[in-house]
Parts: sequence; C-alpha cells; structure tokens
Amino acid sequence: MRTAVIVFPGSNCDRDAAHALTMVTGKQPAMIWHRATEMSTVDLIVLPGGFAYGDYLRPGAMAARSPILRAVRDHADKGGLVAGICNGFQVLTESKMLPGVLMRNAGLKFICKSVELKVARADTPFSNKYDEAASIQIPVAHHDGNYFAQADELERLEGQGQVVFRYCDNPNGSLNDIAGILNEAGNVLGMMPHPERAMGQNGDQGDGQLFFKSLLDAVG
Amino acid sequence: MTQAQIITDEMVAEHGLSSDEYRILCEHLGRTPNLNELGICSVMWSEHCSYKSSRIHLSKFPTSGERVICGPGENAGVIDVGDGDVVIFKMESHNHPSFIEPYQGAATGVGGIMRDVFTMGARPIALLNALRFGEPDHPKTRSLVTGVVAGIGGYGNCVGVPTVGGEVNFDPGYNGNILVNAMCVGLTRTDHIFYSAAKGVGNSILYVGARTGRDGIHGATMASTEFDDDSEAKRPTVQVGDPFTEKRLIEACLELMATGNILAIQDMGAAGLTSSSIEMADKGGVGIEIDLDRVPQRETDMTPYEMMLSESQERMLIVLKPGTETQSRQIFTKWELDVALIGKTTDTGRLVLSHKGETVCDLPIAPLCDLAPKYDRPWIETPPAPVLEYGDLPDRDAVSVLSQLMSCPDMASKRWVWEQYDRHVMGDTLFASASGSDAAIVRLHDSEKGLAMTSDCTPRYVKADPFTGGKQVVAESWRNLIASGADPIAITDCLNFGNPENPQIMGQFVRAVEGMAEACTALEFPVVSGNVSLYNETNGVAIPPTPTVGGVGLIPDLAQRAGYFGACEGDSLYLLGPTAGWLGSSLYAREIEAMRDHAPPPVDLELERKNGHFVTEAIRAGLLHAVHDLSDGGLACAAADLAIASQIGISLETHDSLPNHGWFFGEDQARYLVCLPASRLEKLQKLADKADVLLTFVGEVGGKDITLGSARMNVTELTRKWEQWLLEYMESKHANGS
Repeated sequence: MRTAVIVFPGSNCDRDAAHALTMVTGKQPAMIWHRATEMSTVDLIVLPGGFAYGDYLRPGAMAARSPILRAVRDHADKGGLVAGICNGFQVLTESKMLPGVLMRNAGLKFICKSVELKVARADTPFSNKYDEAASIQIPVAHHDGNYFAQADELERLEGQGQVVFRYCDNPNGSLNDIAGILNEAGNVLGMMPHPERAMGQNGDQGDGQLFFKSLLDAVG
Repeated sequence: MTQAQIITDEMVAEHGLSSDEYRILCEHLGRTPNLNELGICSVMWSEHCSYKSSRIHLSKFPTSGERVICGPGENAGVIDVGDGDVVIFKMESHNHPSFIEPYQGAATGVGGIMRDVFTMGARPIALLNALRFGEPDHPKTRSLVTGVVAGIGGYGNCVGVPTVGGEVNFDPGYNGNILVNAMCVGLTRTDHIFYSAAKGVGNSILYVGARTGRDGIHGATMASTEFDDDSEAKRPTVQVGDPFTEKRLIEACLELMATGNILAIQDMGAAGLTSSSIEMADKGGVGIEIDLDRVPQRETDMTPYEMMLSESQERMLIVLKPGTETQSRQIFTKWELDVALIGKTTDTGRLVLSHKGETVCDLPIAPLCDLAPKYDRPWIETPPAPVLEYGDLPDRDAVSVLSQLMSCPDMASKRWVWEQYDRHVMGDTLFASASGSDAAIVRLHDSEKGLAMTSDCTPRYVKADPFTGGKQVVAESWRNLIASGADPIAITDCLNFGNPENPQIMGQFVRAVEGMAEACTALEFPVVSGNVSLYNETNGVAIPPTPTVGGVGLIPDLAQRAGYFGACEGDSLYLLGPTAGWLGSSLYAREIEAMRDHAPPPVDLELERKNGHFVTEAIRAGLLHAVHDLSDGGLACAAADLAIASQIGISLETHDSLPNHGWFFGEDQARYLVCLPASRLEKLQKLADKADVLLTFVGEVGGKDITLGSARMNVTELTRKWEQWLLEYMESKHANGS
C-alpha cells in the first residue's frame, strides 16, 4: 500500500501517523508539505492530528484552504482513500469533504483520555478488520470534537450508514455520540480519536492497529 | 552617540539597581550610561539574569558525572543515555507572570523551557510541571488553577509535546504567590548538540521567529522584586505566547541544524535580545553589532530601549557560517517565520547598537557579565524545629484518617488537571500522570529504552528544616526513579524562595542548597541545569521554601519498567526499610492534627542508596508485581495508591510496638512498598539478606476492601473520594464567593 501524510504548519501527529503506517505497511509514507500542488499517486492519504495554523480562525479552517487540498480532493474524487484524524477530521469538515462541523467540546475543556468506541460499521475500508459492534479503546485528545450537523444532514448521515465509530460514553457532546464518519461515497473518513496512538507499543491493547490493517486489506 | 537623557537617582532605582551597583557601572564605563545602556545593564544585573544572590552557593552542587556531557551554564543540561543518544533537560520557574496573568504566564513558561531545550539541538519529547497554589478557600485559587492549567495545556498541546507528569499542591503559604515550574526534556544525538558561544569575526547574526513587540518589557526585573497589592498593574509586562509560532520555530530550527550552517544559537528568554546577544558574545569572547532598524517589529515607533528589553516570545538568535545566509533564510521563510540578518560578530568585545543611523549603545561586554554583582548575603540558620513525639497525639480511627488523607487537596487525584494535557502525542508515552507509577515514562523513540522523569519537593519539610528538607527533595526524586525501574542519572532544579535580602530567607536558601548538594553527591545524582526564583513574597510574606527537583533516569529495557498498578489477588506486601513512626511535619500532622513545622524525618543517604539499589535488583530480577516509594502519608497512603491503581483490596497489619498513627502514617524515609506473589518470596529474601536490607511483611493483597488492622473501607468508595475532591472543587463555581 502506498500512503502519504500531509504536513501542515502546526501538524503534530504527522510523525505518529507515519510511524503507525510504517509499522503496518512496512513502507514509509510520503510526507507531503501543504504547499505542494500535486503529488504522486497513492492509495491512502492521511490528514494528521495537530493544530494546523494554530487552530486560528477555527480548527482546520485555514488548512482547508491550503494548496494541497486540491490534490487531496482530486484523489478522493477518483475514489482514493482519505483518513482525517482529529485535526484532519476538522480539515475535512472545513473543506466540506465531510458533512457537519466540529464545535468546542461541551465541557469547554481540552480532553485527553482513552475512550471506548463502538464500531458501528465493520464493512468499510477503515474498519473491516473489526468485529461488527465491537468495543474498542482508542484515545482522544482534542478541544473541538463536538460533532454537529443540521437535523436533515444528520438524518441522511444515519440513514445512509455513514457513522463508523460512536462513543460509548460521549466525552464531548457530539450528536448521536458520533466519533467518526464517512462521506457518501465511503472513501473519505474523519474521526476524532487517534488510532495511531493505540498501536499496542505502550502498554495499551493495540486496538488502533486494526484500523490501519483494515486499510491495508481494503487496498489489497 | 545619543546621550540625550540625564540619568537620575530615581531612574536608577526604578531599574532595580542599587546605588552601589550603579556606581560600579559608571566606573567601568568611564562615564554615565544613557537610558538604553542603563536598561540593558539593569536586566543583566537583575537577580533573574545574574543570580547575584545565589551564585556562590550554587557552586556547592556536584555537576559532573559519568553520564554528564554538559552541566549548568548552558541553556540546559545534557546527559548521555547510550547508543549515541543524549537527553537535554531543564526546569524553570514562571511564578510571577503566572500570578498576574495565569494563562499567558503559564503558557509562556512552557514555551520558554522548550526553547531552552531545542536551542541545544534536541527535539522536546516530554513536559512536566510543578504547580503550587494557595489554599483552596482563598478567593483567587480556583481561577488561578483554571488559568494555569489551561495555559500549560494550551501551549504544550498545540506544540505537540506530551505533558507527562508533575505535581499540584495547595498551601496557604502560596496564597499571594503561586509557583509554576515547568520542565522540558528533549532528545538528540551526541553529534547534534548546539551551544551558544558566538564564534568568529564578521559572521552574520540571524534573528528568527516572532516579531518584537512591547510585551514583557522589564519582565526580568519584575521577576526580581516582591509583589504588593499593586502587582496586577504590572500585567503589561507579562508576555503573550503563540504556540503555533513555537511549533514552527522548533521544526525550522531543527531543519537548519541539520544543514550544518549554525555556529551558535541562543533563544531569547528573559531580557530578550539583550541577554541573548550579550551571553552569546561573552561566551565566545567576541563583540556584537546590531542594526536595530532591521529587527522585525510588531509595533510602530519602537525605541531601542523597548526593542532591547522586550520579552516577546518565540524568538531566536543564530550566528551563521559565512556564505550560508541565503539557504538559512529560506528555511525560515518556508515555515512562514520572520527572519532577518540584524548584525555581525566583531572583534571589539563591545555591544554596539545602531538605530536610525545613530549609535544608541556602546557597552563593553565582558564587564557586564564578569562584574555582575555577586553577593554573599548575610544569612541565619533556621532554628531547630521541635521533635513531635507520637505519644503526644491522640489515637484515631486509621481508616477514616486514610480516607481523609487520600481526599485532601494535596493527595486527591489530579484527573481534572491532567485530562486537559495531551499526554500521548508523539506516540511514545508509556506512563503519564494517570498510570500508577512514581515517575512518568517515555520511550526513546524506536528503541526498547525509556526515560523516567519526575518532579518533587516537600516544602513543609524544607520549611521546618532546610538542610534535611533539601536532602529529602533529592532523595525522593531518586526513589521515584528507582521505583519506576530506572537508573537515576541527574537532576535539574528550580529553587523558589522569598526575599534573599532577609537573612532568615537567605538561611533557608543556603541550607537547602547544602542539603541538596549533600544528597546529590551521596546518590551520585548531579545537578546539570536549573533556575533560581527569589523574591517570591507578597506584602512581606514569603512562600514556603520550595526547591523543586526534576529528576531524570534511564530504563535500559522497558520490559523491566515498574509501577504500582500490578498488584494481584494473593500477593504479599513487604515494606523495605525501617520505620520509627516519624510524624513531625507529616501530612498526618498537618491534615489531621493541624500541627506544622516540627522536625521532618531524618534522611539517611547511605540507607537510601542501599535500599534503592536493592529495589532495582528486585525489579530487574523480575520478582515484583508492584513497587511504590513511601512518601506523603506513609505506609497506609502508599498501600491505598496501590489498591486504587490496581483496583483490588489490600490489608495491612498493625505493628507490635508502634501506635497506629506512627506505623501507618509516619513518613520515615528510604522506604518502599513491594508487592509480589508468595512463590517469589524466597528469592526476594535471599536478595535482601545479601544486600543487608530490612524487609518486613506488612500485609496481603485481595478482596475488595482496604483494611488497616481491623478497620476497613471499600476500595471503590476510597477511589471515589480520591477522584472527587478536585473535580468538585473546580466545578463548584459559586463557593466562597469567587
């Protein structure tokens, strides 16, 4: 599997994502600077966590207007896989590649903890290695992860089965306990929790590994 | 040269210089300084920059050792952790700014300490912080906690360095002067260490990072005076941080370092452009010429005085190899940072500043550093504290005492705090604040080696007996590293005290330093970096003496890391080390009997060594399920930590001859609680016999209750109480009128 990680000024999980991808695919991803306007063909693009542009204006808002986003969108339009993790999810909603917005956490504070997620769909390229309805432990670390969408949008999201991960104990006020969603085509995913921080190396259960292994499997 | 303004006595006093200091300055200049020069000299000679009251005592610390590559004097200390890796670390205070403006004060404290570390070539890999607030009922405490914690999180989370450990304590002694001590630990390679000594003549000086604004002017001088009721009017001198700029600065500097273009590099910390340029020139024995018109400026019409004294954050000064200017500038342009060539190194040994075509400052550099005042301030010994006889104390129900202690502000869970810190970014955190370990543990990336880090101080001991308290601070740091499975290597310190011009306070400082030095020597645990913060007083009331220690150790194989979360049903508990039932200055005395300032527990450094080495041996022999150092609250609180972290019951036996309070809650030093299955007892006893250490059976693991003698309490209930205090305190917005 050929992969790429987009690096914005302020990204800070870019190296963590690269480490996880290398662990699972055996190959280092291409690290693409946000000013690049084109990139070689890959199977998966990861938009990493962090604070692109310092979260100024709104988290993800400025990064969504970075030159590289055009290439990311082209890749997605051709059916290529895109995973936005944490700040990457925020970039995807700000660029309208995913519906809804990520607002400030209901408790107004930054939250860093391991949370239990329910795998709502185990038949997507991002989750096919998980068991249907499995409970998994993945850490969250964000200030703005409170997912919101208009009622009709939310209805469509649910109706089309676009919710992939839900919180078992909602930490941030997200509607319908939403932790991760797909686009309509099913090839772009955004999630607030960090699977790259749950690779089993640090005394954790390693539940994030299957996220990356799912992608490996999907690409073949 | 400009000499427009006559310097009056008032101006000298406003700059915090004594009339003697001013006289010395004039003598060496052979003339009176102009205002710019006065400003520059005043910050260089401030307590904060010159360590004038502390230097002669700091020289008592042992600063070298097998693994020490660079001790105090540079931006941070450097230790060798093997295989070509080095660890660079330092702790620093940001007390005064944090009291005035908690969010920005704490945030810029984190930013500043990170710059000290990456300036030397290391990528920051961990942050810790030691926070001391006033009593919970004080009307300011809650908002200070809120602001400081948000500031630390806001900065560290954004930059993307995990905040893995620290301390949060409350004491009325900090009501008017909180302490915010931040520590940063970084990692690099032996051949990738950068120093600040400017080299050569005619080399370009590059300014990079944020623009210079009017924030923080005279921050160093503010940090060198006491507070009074008007201190909040000093808010404009607090700097404003921008972690996004810091993050780009780290990446850009590391990128530039990889090119080999750098001859010297220094961050602009306290006293900004002044101290960075002067220190670089002084260390390199060269002069520096700066054209202030080229300094990137955030505001219009800034004067030379303002530019030189600004403490705007996220700025660095670099001396470049000739011919590398263009390539170096491009790196910063890529990261969208301001960059400017502002001057050159010279052979004059002088700091020469020009502004709008005029020379506005021309000072000899060496005297500014060499002649910086150095005081042997008068001091008096703290009178010996009375010994608290445990026979004088009433007998109480041990379990209700335990519940009270575990839920008191100092002991209660700090979940509310650390859940606001990103503890896992960078992907190498094994143990952070939540994990049931005496130290935070971070993997050295892509290896099986780990770093253990801890921050410690027991101010109530230091206050009652500065010498013994000083020894204890170091010993506890050492024990915490041992109990996490590490070989302790070195410490950084952050010495927070009151006004050194008061002989009693100076006595606290001198004796605490001597105690620390003795322990550092005995435990082969040298000081490699540090910071002194004096004048921590408000309206003449000094803080409790608080010499915080940041310890770093190496875990050679992470499979042998240790903690206190692994207790299993049926395990036996053994106490290592002798117990006399020492209650003086204990948490028990303070919280239960409201008794303070009795003699603290004696510290036997030989015993510390012996017991510590035994624990290391037992951990590495794979004998222990859990191990915990005994500190605040003694045996019973250590056992409660174990029970809570492992979520299992524990029963402790009473002692044959000691009363319950002394046995369960005494704070005798050099002790550890170890937990292991019965099958390994024989091996452990053999090791103990060989090491000649005292191992006493104290209880068993199992069931759902914590039992002290015959009294018991459910572990779930104890956990709830322990978790609850801070959460409830922080959420109860309307309590005590704040």
